[in-house]
Amino acid sequence: MSSASTATASPASAPASALADVTASDAALRRYLHGLPGVDAVGLEARAATLGTRSIKTTAKAYAIDLAISMIDLTTLEGADTPGKVRSLCAKGANPDPSDRTTPQVAAICVYSDMAATAKKALSAGGGSGINVASVATAFPSGRAALSVKLADTREAVAAGADEIDMVIDRGAFLAGDYGKVFEEIQAVKDACRRPGGGEPAHLKVIFENGELSTYDNIRRASWLAMLAGADFIKTSTGKVAVNATLPNTLLMLEAVRDFRAATGTQIGVKPAGGIRTAKDAIRYLVVVNETAGPDWLSPDWFRFGASSLLNDLLMQRQKLKTGRYSGPDYVTVD
Amino acid sequence: MPDQIFEYAPAPESRAIVDIAPSYGLFIDGEFREAAGGKVFKTVSPATEEVLSEVAQADGEDVEAAVRAARAAFPGWSGLPGTERAKYIFRIARILQERARELAVLETLDNGKPIRETRDADLPLVAAHFFYYAGWADKLEHAGLGPDPRPLGVAGQVIPWNFPLLMLAWKIAPALATGNTVVLKPAETTPLSALFFADVCRQAGLPRGVVNIITGDGATGAALVAHPDIDKVAFTGSTAVGKAIARTVAGTRKKLTLELGGKGANIVFDDAPVDQAVEGIVNGIYFNQGQVCCAGSRLLVQESVQDELLDALKRRLRTLRVGDPMDKNTDVGAINSAEQLARIEELADSGEAEGAERWSAPCELPGNGYWFAPTLFTGVSQAHRIAREEIFGPVLSVLTFRTPDEAVAKANNTPYGLSAGIWTEKGSRILSMANKLRAGVVWANTFNKFDPTSPFGGYKESGFGREGGRHGLEAYLDVR
Repeated sequence: MSSASTATASPASAPASALADVTASDAALRRYLHGLPGVDAVGLEARAATLGTRSIKTTAKAYAIDLAISMIDLTTLEGADTPGKVRSLCAKGANPDPSDRTTPQVAAICVYSDMAATAKKALSAGGGSGINVASVATAFPSGRAALSVKLADTREAVAAGADEIDMVIDRGAFLAGDYGKVFEEIQAVKDACRRPGGGEPAHLKVIFENGELSTYDNIRRASWLAMLAGADFIKTSTGKVAVNATLPNTLLMLEAVRDFRAATGTQIGVKPAGGIRTAKDAIRYLVVVNETAGPDWLSPDWFRFGASSLLNDLLMQRQKLKTGRYSGPDYVTVD
Repeated sequence: MPDQIFEYAPAPESRAIVDIAPSYGLFIDGEFREAAGGKVFKTVSPATEEVLSEVAQADGEDVEAAVRAARAAFPGWSGLPGTERAKYIFRIARILQERARELAVLETLDNGKPIRETRDADLPLVAAHFFYYAGWADKLEHAGLGPDPRPLGVAGQVIPWNFPLLMLAWKIAPALATGNTVVLKPAETTPLSALFFADVCRQAGLPRGVVNIITGDGATGAALVAHPDIDKVAFTGSTAVGKAIARTVAGTRKKLTLELGGKGANIVFDDAPVDQAVEGIVNGIYFNQGQVCCAGSRLLVQESVQDELLDALKRRLRTLRVGDPMDKNTDVGAINSAEQLARIEELADSGEAEGAERWSAPCELPGNGYWFAPTLFTGVSQAHRIAREEIFGPVLSVLTFRTPDEAVAKANNTPYGLSAGIWTEKGSRILSMANKLRAGVVWANTFNKFDPTSPFGGYKESGFGREGGRHGLEAYLDVR
């Protein structure tokens, strides 16, 4: 929380050296996490609500809509996913609005690990080579499996060409107070993100499942725990439980990455996921990014939306801004 | 790094919803009339210095007429069953809600405060206050104030310019619920919302003479409180004027409540929820440009966390959006008048001259109108004027303390005693501090939160009597 640093942003690769001592032992880690400032729930939610009243119009809205599209991790995580469904989603991500080729592409396609290869192939064949493949891993969404299984899951996804890995933390271990176990697991997954043949390692997003952590104090602790363990991104939720991304819990995580950069010089990204369905919602999140972490985070490198139906609402709003007319669901593609 | 900055495009609220007449008279006995002396004064928009309207200047003769109208209306109004009075007050509350957007725009134009605040704070609280007291009208014998509390008669009420319509609500709602009739004088620089309220009373079919609104300057207010046929004086404003009113009223049968200045201490301990404390500090002193009697104008921060808290606070202040109050994204609007701006500037200059360190958020201020950038002073001691005198502007004085006892001693070391805030995650400390702070309102892990059910008022030179809640009824009832 010392003076805001203007350190150059670089992905975290190891526990930030400025805070190396706090991860030296389980006890030290625990003391550190429990020593973080508390979060007043009423105040946090009031701040989020106030930012939610910002009125984003005309040029600002156009900018925000395009930015939001470019930040989407277009997602399908269903038991019924097929290669056809994934290919169709990749085509959508590469060319979101067939009636307007100036529409930006999404940031990534997010799939289960067994679909990563399919997605990679579809993207490179379909004009989407600039789009990343994000694969969930580590026994997503529950995270209830042996570490060896989680690591195998991760390595498979990386080998299949995933550019990004969205792992889940072991909420059971976290809630039991076994922070060291969570920390080591994140480190191990981070290690599994490396490519055996060299090359850029897959970026690691760490999912907390805020709805299961339940308190804002826990979310703040999980944020610091994951950042210390080497997360490139911290992510709110899987989209598979009752409470997913909310404006307050995202605001809280943005405070964490802001403070982490000030303390260590390392910039970490944030990804809210689940429940963000409208352009209006997305713009509220961008306002919160802008006024909490700051403009440095207003890029797909540092902020993502985990979403599926959001894209079409953004496209309809984009068409409305361009043409002055409201379009409808039949003027955007269903994929 | 972004190649483009997220600049919020202007998002002005439309002023088409409000129709401001070129001139307004006094609202006496259910009708608008010109001042007896024919004098008028102008009311301007502090954000642009544009003249909004011309308003009648009431003199002694007008005060006489207004008090007479209120006296004539008193038997009928106080004789109504409580349920009937409640119907009128509920109707007023509903009309206020229906016209909330219009009144919010009007208030922002006349006062200079941001539309976000009039829309999201002032107007909802105004309506809530009328709803709350409407509910009391038929339950007065159950308020714990005796078996048959009686209204006092005619209330003379003088209100300030910082929350024009909200202060009107605080005054008029309990007075009407308890069966009194009123003559109210709004502040000279913000008369319009009270005059629109007169129209709301007509719309609600309120019997004539029950509410009378007279506009004017300090002389009008002085004539009102000195009038012999007033039974109750209620004043919100500066301590200096409050003392003058107390002298006027001394030795008469008039019942008096005063809600005066403050120099609230916002106390931040080392275990505070830092991000929310920063929001609370901002809300405490920059809400309504700091023109709030209960503002947290003194920040008492535990010395061990001073640096990190101030870094976080300054970072936050850089994001405040200062400018056009009609823009929906504006956080800090205009100072209400040139006179008030001069007072803020004078006190801020004294802070520098006496050796405190001044810091202002970088922001571009509009060319016209009355503006003051959000400012804080560090290195402030209890001896500095900016630590003792009410600035009534967006100026925060930062002091430090080492122990809870020192925090209490410093917080209480002021002639005022209106508000205080405590920021700590430790519940027992909140309770022990709240017991020791001599302030009418003590907020814990929040600041400037208002609710009609909660009594509000001061210790020491911040005044006496309580407004709001069940306690607020007592000021308008004969409970002997």
